[in-house]
Amino acid sequence: MTFFKAENISIDFGGIRAVNDVSFDVEKGTIFTIVGPNGAGKTTIFNIISRIYNLTEGRIIFEDKDITRLPAHQVVNLGIARTFQNIELFEHATVLHNLLIGRHIYCRSTFFSDLFFLPSVKRMELELRRKVEDVIDFLDLQHYRNQLIQNLPYGVRKIVELGRALCTEPKLLLLDEPASGLNVDETENMSFWIDDIKKLLGISVIMVEHNMNLVSQVSDHVLAINYGRVLADGTPKEVQTNPDVIKAYLGEDKDV
Amino acid sequence: MRIIFKTSYLQDIKLLKHNGYIFWYGVLLFALLIAPAVLGEFYIGEMAFIFIYAIAGLGLMILVGFTGLPSLGHAAFMAIGAYANAYFLHKGVPFLISIFLAGLISFGVGALITVPLRRMTGIYFAIASLAFAIIVEEIIAHWKSVTGGLGGMSVDNPVIFGFELDSTWHFYFLCLAILLAVLYCTLNLIRSPSGRAFIAIRDSEISAESMGINLSIYKIKSFAISGCFTGLAGALFAHRLSFLTPDAFNFLLSIQLLMMVVVGGLGTVHGAIFGAIFVGLLPQVIAIAKDYLPPAIGQFPGLEPGLFGIIMVLFIIFEPMGLYGRWVKFKLFFDMFPLYRKATFKRQKTYLKTERVQ
Repeated sequence: MTFFKAENISIDFGGIRAVNDVSFDVEKGTIFTIVGPNGAGKTTIFNIISRIYNLTEGRIIFEDKDITRLPAHQVVNLGIARTFQNIELFEHATVLHNLLIGRHIYCRSTFFSDLFFLPSVKRMELELRRKVEDVIDFLDLQHYRNQLIQNLPYGVRKIVELGRALCTEPKLLLLDEPASGLNVDETENMSFWIDDIKKLLGISVIMVEHNMNLVSQVSDHVLAINYGRVLADGTPKEVQTNPDVIKAYLGEDKDV
Repeated sequence: MRIIFKTSYLQDIKLLKHNGYIFWYGVLLFALLIAPAVLGEFYIGEMAFIFIYAIAGLGLMILVGFTGLPSLGHAAFMAIGAYANAYFLHKGVPFLISIFLAGLISFGVGALITVPLRRMTGIYFAIASLAFAIIVEEIIAHWKSVTGGLGGMSVDNPVIFGFELDSTWHFYFLCLAILLAVLYCTLNLIRSPSGRAFIAIRDSEISAESMGINLSIYKIKSFAISGCFTGLAGALFAHRLSFLTPDAFNFLLSIQLLMMVVVGGLGTVHGAIFGAIFVGLLPQVIAIAKDYLPPAIGQFPGLEPGLFGIIMVLFIIFEPMGLYGRWVKFKLFFDMFPLYRKATFKRQKTYLKTERVQ
C-alpha cells in the first residue's frame, strides 16, 4: 500500500511555475523533511497537499486514495493535519477552544441540537474535552488552558498550534517550519516532541524546516528543492553533502 | 476576589459558572419582572424597545461579532420579519404561528442570500449586504398586494390563545420572553461546536478550513440564524410601530444596528445587550439634554446622528472592546481593590478581523 505519494506535481501561478515536476514518497512512520532556500516552493507544496491550491499537473495519493481534487475541508477527515509557518491560531479564543476546534471533525451534532444544547451535545462536549486533555498533557500546556492566544508568547503559540493539529488524530502531520522563531531551548523541546509524535503516537510527519540541526536530528529522509525543482533526495547526511544543495545555499566558488 | 477551582469539564460548559452568576442574574431577572409594577408606562415602553434592539443585536452579533462578517444590511431582516408578521396577522394567522413564520422566512432569506455572498469577506461583504438591504426596501415599496407599498400597512395587536395583548406591559413581557429565548439560544450556540466554528472562521479562515470546517455551510448557518433573530426583532418592532412603511427600515437602521454591536463590544454576548441599552437610551438622553443646552447647539440640525458618529469613532479608538470592555475593567477594579493596575489591559487593545478592512 502506498502511504503518501506525490507524483510529478506542478503548479503555475500565472506565468510562474512555482513547483515543477516534483515527486516524492513518504513511508508510514517516518519523518520526511523538505528543505530549500527561501521561495523554493516548500510551503506551496504544503498548500497543495492541504488542497488550498489546485495542482496544474500531477497527482497526490494518500493511502491509495487520489486526493488531488478533494475539497480543502475534507483533507483533515482522511487524517492529514497541518500547522502554518506564520501561526494561524484563533487569536481571540482560549487555548482550550483552539484545541476543541481541532476536534471539529469528530463533532456529530446538528445545528438545531446545538441551538438548544440537547443532552447529546452536552455528552459529546464532555467527550471532546476528555480527548483534548490528553493532548494538553502530552504537550504540557496545562497552565495555559484558559488563556487567550493573543496573550501568549510566540513559543507557546507554536506548541498550541502543534497541539491543535494533534487533536485531529492525524495519520500524517504537515509541520511548516515548526522551529522558526523559537530559541535554542524551545527548538530542542520541539525536536523531542516531533520525535515523540513519531515514536509514541505513530504519526508520520512531513516537515519544512531551515534549522539544519533539527533536520538532521529528527528526519529519516530529506528532500531538497530549489526554484520548484528537486535538487537532492536522500538521508540528511547525503543531502547536506550534495554539491548541488551546497551550491543553492552558499553559491559557487570559482576557485573550486 | 473569587478563584474558581475547576474539577470537572461540566464547569467549562455550564452557563451559570458559579453562585455569583446565579445571584446577580437572579436579581436582574427579578427587577425586570417587577418593573411594570413600579415604573410608569413610558419607561416600560422604552424598555420593551430596548429588548427589541437587544434581540436584533444578538442576531447581528452572531454574524458580525462571532463569524466576522460585517453586515450593513440587517435592517432588511427587520423589515422582512415585520412585514411577514403583519401580513400573516392580517390573514388571520394566530400570533404565535405568525411570529414563528416571520422568523422562519428571515432564516430562509438569510440562508439564500449567503449563497452568493459566501466567498466575500470584509468590506466587500459589507457592500454586498448593503445592496441586499436596498433591494429588499425597493421590493417592499413596490409589492403593493402584500406590503401595501409606500402607502404603508397597519399591524393588528397580537392575540395569544384568545387573549389580546393590547397594553404596554403585555407587550413588555412578550418582548422579554422572546429576548430570553433568543439569549438562551445564542449562549448555547456559542458553547457548542457550531459557535466554535463561527469563531474559527472569524479568526482565520484558512486554518478553520484545514481543521475540517466547511466555510460555506457555516457562513450560511451563521447568516441564517442571524437573519432569523433579527427577523423576530422585526416582528416585534412591527407591533411597536403599529403602522409599517418602507422608510422605517432604511439604511440608517442598519447603521444603528451595526453601531449597537460595535459600541457594545464585538464578540461578546454582553455587548449586544449593552449596545441595545446604549442605542435605546441615547436619543432620550439627547432629547432631555436639548432642553438645557443653548439653542445654537440644542436646535442644531443633525445633532443626533452626529453624536452617534462621534461616539462610535471614540469607542473604536479608545475602547475597541466597547462597553463590555469597560464593564470588565470596572469589575476587575473592585475584584482587585486596591491592587488594580491599568497596565493589565495594555496588551489587549487588539481588533477583531471584522474591524480591520481586509
